Amino acid sequence: MKLTRSFNRSLWAFHFNSGSCNGCEIEIVAVITPRYDPERFGIKLVGTPRHADVLIITGPVVKKMKDRLLRVYAQIPEPKVVMCVGTCGISGGVFYDSYNLEGPVDEVIPVDVYVPGCPPRPEAIIHGVVTALTKLERLQEGKP
Amino acid sequence: MSEGEGKKAPYTLPIGPTHPALKEPVMFTFQMEGETIKDVDFAPGQTHRGIEWMGMRRNPVQIVHLTDRICGICGVVHTLSFCLAVEQIAEIEVPERADYIRVIVHELERVQSHLLWAGVAAHELGFDSLLHLTWRVREQAMDVIENITGNRVNYGIVQVGGVRRDITPEQHPLIEECLTTYEGLLSSLLDLFLDDRSIHMRCRDRGILTYDDAVHLCTVGPTSRASGVNMDLRQDYPYAAYGDLDVRAILPDQYAGETRGDVYDRIVVRLLEVGQSCGIIRQCLSEMPAGEITAEPKIAKLLAVCKKAHGEAIGRVEAPRGECLHYVRMDGKESPTSWKVKASSYSNLMSWIPMLRGEQIADIPIIVASIDPCLSCTDRVAVIRGGRRNILTKEELHRLSVEATRRLQA
Repeated sequence: MKLTRSFNRSLWAFHFNSGSCNGCEIEIVAVITPRYDPERFGIKLVGTPRHADVLIITGPVVKKMKDRLLRVYAQIPEPKVVMCVGTCGISGGVFYDSYNLEGPVDEVIPVDVYVPGCPPRPEAIIHGVVTALTKLERLQEGKP
Repeated sequence: MSEGEGKKAPYTLPIGPTHPALKEPVMFTFQMEGETIKDVDFAPGQTHRGIEWMGMRRNPVQIVHLTDRICGICGVVHTLSFCLAVEQIAEIEVPERADYIRVIVHELERVQSHLLWAGVAAHELGFDSLLHLTWRVREQAMDVIENITGNRVNYGIVQVGGVRRDITPEQHPLIEECLTTYEGLLSSLLDLFLDDRSIHMRCRDRGILTYDDAVHLCTVGPTSRASGVNMDLRQDYPYAAYGDLDVRAILPDQYAGETRGDVYDRIVVRLLEVGQSCGIIRQCLSEMPAGEITAEPKIAKLLAVCKKAHGEAIGRVEAPRGECLHYVRMDGKESPTSWKVKASSYSNLMSWIPMLRGEQIADIPIIVASIDPCLSCTDRVAVIRGGRRNILTKEELHRLSVEATRRLQA
């Protein structure tokens, strides 16, 4: 995978709610507000997957959202990184035995960065984005 | 010009389930004529996780952590109303101090939830600097909540029979400082939101919900109060420590002198409630009695008490979005036999239809946001049979109800 030069400057993220409890949503929005302000590093949320480099997924994937998740994932241009925020997207969390889940996120689409926590702290989410950036840089240098 | 001159053909505009103007998945179908909305339909249920079903397989202490995660914004509300129901069934007496701590956390949650909403509303109007301002001041409430409960979101402080953490005297100055900040900020927030020309122009007389519609659609919370319905559970049906406190429902005419039931009035009610919550917390801090914080600190004993309980009860709580109701039935088993959650947004969603009819496309985001919808609270039950969703019509429901009566009489 060859990276475009834009990654050296900024990282745009698209947030997708696949049936989350809103806890991770508000922490993601808290991240982009002045106390943490990652926009000074060029990290920001965008309104459409077609503009995004990173897909941030919150929530376990419920049945109705599986197809939409696949479609949003397909709309993000390559190269892309997928971030799974919150315990329920990683393992199911408290919803592990629900009848309406299509399993954790990584059973639906490949995930690169996992951010655990229910919900994770804003600092943890920023750390996740930075991890995603380093992964992209590694990929750029041709390392696995 | 060809035939049909001056006529704009009606067309359908779908929005959602994933859309930047919507924070949560919900599907809208608008029937448009030009820029005007003729009719609207919506389909919630995209975040249904089957929480009630899971709850009926867990014990009350485990369910408390599940109720926290029904909704990330109203973390304490669902837990509190579930606990109120279980405490009624199992006849557990909650210590007075626990009631006061519950109220303090409950009101801090209202403060952060209303500020969160105010920011989202500003964002939907395209006023992003106000979003950043309100969310910056909101962080102070989050810090206090974290200091009291140990978590920023999904607090996990309320337990059946009481609370899990006490508020120590060292924490009092921190809470007081936060309240003083908000009381000082409130007038400038009111100025920024209510005296701003563009907000006034976008929100006044937009998305009107009349008093009659608000009553007929059974709306709750700030949505109904903004239409002039004098209703607040904390005043009408006090729970926890609200019986000792002075709480009056906030109505928009207290500020503007009139009630129009529009988006502007909903901003008025929510902002004034931030100030009211600060007053309630202050009152709680000064009147909080000393004593135990839980009726039964040993979880195993608590579970044994719950296991023996028989009966049914309803727990009602005034959430930031309106009345939240939990029905619980326990039949002497480890887990409840029946558990039903009716979140506040469930009652409010239908008010979208009269609000949106006749409005412009550009007003959709702010009107949709104006009832402060929380869909993760709302999406509870879907009837699925043979992989196909059945929608029950009114006639079918009536038939089922008649059959149920006959069964009971037989």
